[in-house]
Amino acid sequence: MSSDPHDHHDHHHDHDHGQEVPSATALRVKALESLLVEKGLVDAAALDAIVDAYETKIGPRNGARVVARAWSDPAYKARLLADATAAIAEIDFPGSERPHMIAVENTPDVHNLVVCTLCSCYPWTLLGLPPVWYKSSAYRSRAVIDPRGVLKDFGTTLDEGVAVHVWDSTAEIRYLVVPERPPGTEGMDEDALTELVTRDSMVGVVKVPAPKGVAP
Amino acid sequence: MNGVHDMGGMHGFGPVVYDPHEPVFHAPWEGPVRGMVQLIAAWGQVNIDSGRHSLERLPPVDYLRWTYFEKWFAALTNRLLDAGQITPEELASGHKAEGTEVATPPVTGEMGAKLLASVHSYERTIAAQPRFAAGDQIRARNINPEGHTRLPRYARGRLGIVTRYHGAHVYPDSNAHFAGEAPQPLYTVRFTARELWGDAANAADTVSLDLWEDYLEPA
Repeated sequence: MSSDPHDHHDHHHDHDHGQEVPSATALRVKALESLLVEKGLVDAAALDAIVDAYETKIGPRNGARVVARAWSDPAYKARLLADATAAIAEIDFPGSERPHMIAVENTPDVHNLVVCTLCSCYPWTLLGLPPVWYKSSAYRSRAVIDPRGVLKDFGTTLDEGVAVHVWDSTAEIRYLVVPERPPGTEGMDEDALTELVTRDSMVGVVKVPAPKGVAP
Repeated sequence: MNGVHDMGGMHGFGPVVYDPHEPVFHAPWEGPVRGMVQLIAAWGQVNIDSGRHSLERLPPVDYLRWTYFEKWFAALTNRLLDAGQITPEELASGHKAEGTEVATPPVTGEMGAKLLASVHSYERTIAAQPRFAAGDQIRARNINPEGHTRLPRYARGRLGIVTRYHGAHVYPDSNAHFAGEAPQPLYTVRFTARELWGDAANAADTVSLDLWEDYLEPA
């Protein structure tokens, strides 16, 4: 083993606010970063630009826009379900990569759930970087063998009669769940619907909540 | 390889801990790790499959106890050492070896953000016709390669139905070892939960995987 970032069990403290002393891992990362910049292997400004893009530019709003349009426009939804790569390209996201995509639709009878059991494959161009739970051993191990139990961990309970379709992202094909449109949204336009769609509903772990004031 | 990364179907990891409002990065060093991985990849000495394989080859105990970005940091360091892009002495000292030249990074400034916008397709054109079509019943082969593969253990030997053909895609089992892209037909294959997990599973549930032709045989 040529690198051990974990000399101390420090990662639980990394995000403590007001911490004065950087963790061992933080110091090692900084040391490698300095070395790579000094050797000309990495450009410091490019590194800053990437981190900034992940934190401020790439996020689930892109995916939410796709779902909102599918809810608003039946013809678009048909195109999305038939060829998601092409249908997503119809919506111009600045600076977005367009991997091969498949969109799967949740209905009253079918619930779709996306996982990557082997690593952390995730439609990040549409949803941003994957959350910790998506990359966790608990999610990766159980989503395929006990999807209903996993859904309960997210507070999502399905009737026994609802079929659960799990998609294990083993290749360079990325999956987007089109969640069910909640009740009480009939009068909402695409922009308002975009605000309603949550990231986690597009992975399939939760449903989109009805707008405030509407009984579910 | 039959490593701990192949987690599908394992027990014992407990419930999923869900924080609906977690930040993009959980520590200030995580973003630079993510960025360094992408900028080093721009040198072309790794590919997506060799990168995954470097994570799989971390010691199993470390793989399980480290956080995601700790794993990425360790695998990145190993890749830099393996490729000769840095030396152990440089890693230890934190400074470039004396007398060595300073390289010119392939990606600079705002190009970094644009790097994220580059389209990576792994589809390729091949002469061979696909062996299977949607609706065909197949059996996932019982293979146990020591190298990289994207056929998880839980699907090996199981009967499934091809539901979609995706064209020919770069074959990870070859590409991860720099043995060529060796593109071959890729399919989505649907397995019933009962075929994978037995009669206790819900009869209506399914698990679909994207599988290359060499993973499949007619059934």
